[in-house]
Amino acid sequence: MKEVAVIGGGMTMFRRHLKETGKELSYYAAKMAMEDAGITKKDIDMVVMGSAPDAFDGVHLKGENLLDGAAAAGKPYVRVFNGGGTGVFAPIAGWWHVASGVADICLVVCEEKMGNCYPHPQTAFRHIWDPILDRPLNPNLVWLFAMEYNRYMNFAAQKMGISVEKCKEWIAEVAVKNKRNAVGHPCAQLADPNITVKDVLESEIMAWPVNRLDISPPSDGAAALIYCSKDVVHKFTDDPIYVGGVGWNIDSTMWTNRDLYFPRYVANAAKMCYKKAGINNPTRDIDFAEPYDPFTYKELHHMEGMLLCEKGEAAKMTHEGETQRDGRMPICPSGGLLGVGNPIAATMGQKVCELYWQLAGKAGKRQIPGDPRVGVGMAWGDIMQMATVIALRRG
Amino acid sequence: MAEEKKDPAFRLRETKGQMSWPPYAPGTHVRESDIREKKINYSWWEPEVQYAWSAGHAMNVFLDGLKKGKIMGINCKRCDRILVPPRMFCEYCYGPTEEWVEVGDTGIIETYSISYLDSDANRITEPILIGVIDFDNSPPHHGIMHYFGEMDKEKIKIGMKVKAVWKPENEREGAITDIKYFKPMEGE
Repeated sequence: MKEVAVIGGGMTMFRRHLKETGKELSYYAAKMAMEDAGITKKDIDMVVMGSAPDAFDGVHLKGENLLDGAAAAGKPYVRVFNGGGTGVFAPIAGWWHVASGVADICLVVCEEKMGNCYPHPQTAFRHIWDPILDRPLNPNLVWLFAMEYNRYMNFAAQKMGISVEKCKEWIAEVAVKNKRNAVGHPCAQLADPNITVKDVLESEIMAWPVNRLDISPPSDGAAALIYCSKDVVHKFTDDPIYVGGVGWNIDSTMWTNRDLYFPRYVANAAKMCYKKAGINNPTRDIDFAEPYDPFTYKELHHMEGMLLCEKGEAAKMTHEGETQRDGRMPICPSGGLLGVGNPIAATMGQKVCELYWQLAGKAGKRQIPGDPRVGVGMAWGDIMQMATVIALRRG
Repeated sequence: MAEEKKDPAFRLRETKGQMSWPPYAPGTHVRESDIREKKINYSWWEPEVQYAWSAGHAMNVFLDGLKKGKIMGINCKRCDRILVPPRMFCEYCYGPTEEWVEVGDTGIIETYSISYLDSDANRITEPILIGVIDFDNSPPHHGIMHYFGEMDKEKIKIGMKVKAVWKPENEREGAITDIKYFKPMEGE
């Protein structure tokens, strides 16, 4: 297999509803990544597009609809999709295009326009449920995560020896950290330098235990990434960032038949990635991470799945400040989904581009102090069952 | 843009040549009122698509069971577990499932939520109580999602014992909604 380097990253502003079409957003993000790498369309061998359910954009064959904006006209092109996992899965698919030797340079573009679904994209989520068992109950997607949050919180409170109320406070600290981290991000939708735990706990209850500020917002946006093979990387940079490893794993669709306290599919994906990346001791060998944080508790749930701490103890790590940008293990230094926004697939911008920007010293105000050499990004999708993990390293 | 030009990322890229596009394209925000008041050009589409899903073999038995007031599971002897909701094969060992069993209509609350959102994300004042019920005769953490009723939202908790409340037999139609909700058992 070929070693694969990241040589460019791009991202658009994330907003609730943007006037730009999906093609235009894809163009802006891809163009930024190409400028960063110093290449033009003719240099790109293949293109991977990542975009989540067609129902948001309201266009079936969404990949075909978006391809012109993704510099793919006249090139080998594929769209991949696994719900929220897409933001890391598309770069995994891009990686194998280059690792396999079939492409020297591969562009990955991720796009989402949730604002098209009017008046609220929640309506599109109604179509993802099992038609026989779940849909007659008229479920709301937030219920699903509220139930997982509750199960996790009860387990974590017990494990840490604190009350459920105290545990909910510590979980709320994730929103505070990420919305403050996002202040340095030029694309952020929900950055807030002054937010407090009280604000989170006192925001409206959506579906207990989920309050409004526990949730990342639906957004429009796009992100892009450019890979090249180690064989040609000398043309672009003297200090390359490489993909250390990738991993992905999916659990059964029968989510009511497993204990939701721990995402074992995340652990499976992380182990697959770490093995390839030579990460033997995750807490020692990983310098910072971007676990998927569409909800506050998910950052913690995913840290545990990624083996960055003991089961049920990620909230304590957060409370003790270890996950701050200047902490022992910075978590979501980008500001994550909670701070920057959640245009599903386009969160590749926070989960993978951010790793590249941090490792290349291009993260601006978000730069982690010290000398980060290994960063891990992770996304989560389908119905609480899919995990996608990627590790980037410098040199 | 002045702010972004200070960004080292911007400078790094500039060293590679002339930028033809500003980084982090700011985009143009569309407001709800822009659409309502037609301040921007847009097109509108309301899909009308209908579906009729057949329940399949395993769920057909389950839905027939509900009509009779029974909750049916099926066992996988290799994995020593009862699958509810049932399926014709076990997704883990990938062998066929074997014997149908009743799992009873009592169980415990595995997890729950108190929702102030309806299915279209509209705000509601009287919350919906929803959760996962593990049946007494199924293995731990094996259950279904359903509503709770006759339940005080202050008292609901994980581990609480609950029992199904069925629709009258003549109103059942072989659907998950033949169970109205699960209510606390006596003493809870």
